[in-house]
Amino acid sequence: MTSLLNGPPRGDLTDRTWLSDLEDESIHILREVVGQFERPVLLFSGGKDSIVMLHLAAKAFWPGKVPFPVMHVDTGHNFTEVIAFRDEHVERMGVKLVIASVQDAIDSGRVVEIPGQIRNPLQTIPLLDGIAAGRYDAVLGGARRDEEKARAKERIFSVRDDFGQWDPRNQRPELWDLYNGKHRPGEHVRVFPLSNWTELDVWAYIQREGIALPGIYYAHPREVFDRDGMLLAVTEFTPPGADDVVRTEIVRYRTVGDATCTGAVLSDAADVAAVVAEVAAATISERGATRADDRASEAAMEDRKRQGYF
Amino acid sequence: MPGELLRVVTAGSVDDGKSTLVGRLLHDAKAVLADQMTAVEVASDRRGYDVADLALLVDGLRAEREQGITIDVAYRYFATPRRTFVLADTPGHVQYTRNTVTGASTADVAVILVDARTGVVDQTRRHAAVAALLRVAHIVLAVNKMDLVDFDEPVFDRIVTDFTSVASSLGLPGFTPIPLAALTGDNVVERSIRMPWYSGPPLLRFLEDVEAREGSDIPARFPVQVVMRPRSAEYPDYRGYGGKVEAGTLRVGDAVTVLPSGRTTSIEGIDTADGALDWAGAGRSVVVRLADNIDLSRGDVIVGAGDPRPVVARQITATLCWLSDRPLRPNDRFLLRHTTRSVRAVVDDIVGRLDITTVTSAVTDVLELNDIGTVRLRIAEPIIADPYALNRSTGALLLVDEASGATMAAGMVVEASA
Repeated sequence: MTSLLNGPPRGDLTDRTWLSDLEDESIHILREVVGQFERPVLLFSGGKDSIVMLHLAAKAFWPGKVPFPVMHVDTGHNFTEVIAFRDEHVERMGVKLVIASVQDAIDSGRVVEIPGQIRNPLQTIPLLDGIAAGRYDAVLGGARRDEEKARAKERIFSVRDDFGQWDPRNQRPELWDLYNGKHRPGEHVRVFPLSNWTELDVWAYIQREGIALPGIYYAHPREVFDRDGMLLAVTEFTPPGADDVVRTEIVRYRTVGDATCTGAVLSDAADVAAVVAEVAAATISERGATRADDRASEAAMEDRKRQGYF
Repeated sequence: MPGELLRVVTAGSVDDGKSTLVGRLLHDAKAVLADQMTAVEVASDRRGYDVADLALLVDGLRAEREQGITIDVAYRYFATPRRTFVLADTPGHVQYTRNTVTGASTADVAVILVDARTGVVDQTRRHAAVAALLRVAHIVLAVNKMDLVDFDEPVFDRIVTDFTSVASSLGLPGFTPIPLAALTGDNVVERSIRMPWYSGPPLLRFLEDVEAREGSDIPARFPVQVVMRPRSAEYPDYRGYGGKVEAGTLRVGDAVTVLPSGRTTSIEGIDTADGALDWAGAGRSVVVRLADNIDLSRGDVIVGAGDPRPVVARQITATLCWLSDRPLRPNDRFLLRHTTRSVRAVVDDIVGRLDITTVTSAVTDVLELNDIGTVRLRIAEPIIADPYALNRSTGALLLVDEASGATMAAGMVVEASA
């Protein structure tokens, strides 16, 4: 049998490290989704977690194709490199890409943009619209429990009601590896195959598997300026203000989201081995370093999740 | 780099300092990053505390923070140079015992906390009973708040003696007692200098050294999750079965039986996206090809030769942890989830309810939230089951409400028959 994925051969296949344990668990979850649901979809942003998830899906259904489409909830405020990577990558993996557009939702009046505010919270309506339009009953997300306190309490199979809402007080107990995907018509189930992975696990796996990522994850020179304690890139969506001092720094991104609320970090980690070393030694969490949207309050993420956010 | 994953569940009653212990483990194992610590300090300050409340690292939901209690199972991750840990932190209130059951279902080790001042209480017995019932391989009795009893050895010894009698009444094979003080960090990561009378390891050292669960040594069990028939130009005739090895070891060339049909064949190949394997042990997700052209579908099980054999069962006696506010009564109907099967089930009768404090069974005709009891189930189509005592994955089941989809009970097969 030939190896499917573009990475280097993995050598000793019976070598059971913790990464193999995590991979086996995620593959089992992905196969349960296809076994239990009619119309799954995988949320794909072009970020590292969704790329790893798609890689795992390719392994889970090898030698067949990934048996579901991918969906990008597009805020319209993207890094161009990431969108280019997204389009090439779905082509390479042979999956269909569905786009749920925040811009379209704004244009049609489905959501109202507050000038000067970030668009991340606006993703919820297009996401739910996209799920309804595709009649998707299982929505695979790349969220990890180590990211954030509210996510630490999320199930792997997590039911959303008609309104896409999460009720943390009324979650189904999840026992053994018996996932319960049963739901009422109109409800859907969010599934998180990377629940038990940490940021370091994801990077160590990217290294082991030789997974390609958008270049902005690695150190590169970029024009940036300071805002709210973050390093923001100069883009058409984030123009510097009159008082902002623009300078060129060697930076990389730890998360890739909406350009208006995702900050860069100073880093000279130019390849995956350097990033793994950097993440292992990090003293600031991934979201703390780079995500303005989580800083709103102690329970910002929980509040957004209750509304139907990822 | 760290080796295999170790899954740990922590359980304790209210105010045993469990969240503090977990926070201390994460903090001292350097799994808490500076911004998370700052957030905890700010939140502690806002609440008027003098020192950072490490419990706030763990209590993530708004209601938990407001009420200062843990409501839901929280999963935490940390690694030492020797091992990677998944820690399920479960709340102590009686009404949340179902969460302890959830955390224990996947755990290799259960850390049961008691407060050194109060010792073994009903909730301790309950947690020990859950750990025994769910067959968690290793139990740690963490006697916390030793600082509040002057690090006194006789206090610790008394609690260990009390717990020993609980353990033997539950049939627990053994346990490891550790005296500690989560608030000050004694015997959590670093050995305490204030308890020289204790010669055992600190908690983290124990968790690093303990053997992860020994695989069940019964012949292989491989429930089919998905059928792989790509019908592509490259693989026009490929037919394989995707699943996870749930017990034993599959080897190429091994004779196997397919259940429920009972047909025998052998394993032609074990495939993965990374290449073919000669064998696959428990826990591995693989694709199996069979020598004969037999049509399998999701829910069928490929079984290794030899004893014990699983039962193609239509009658099940099971121990249930009842997880719902709506009580269970005889003749109630459910969907039963077992390995990769879902079948209709009816409760023929409730054999008894387990009294946790006396560890005796009492006659009842109803099971209520957090009750543990034994029931007889009749099912519409067979499941391929082993007793839970032989193998967790093929002995575990859920009862699901057909209308709402809610998970009503966690069950463990005691006896399965045709």
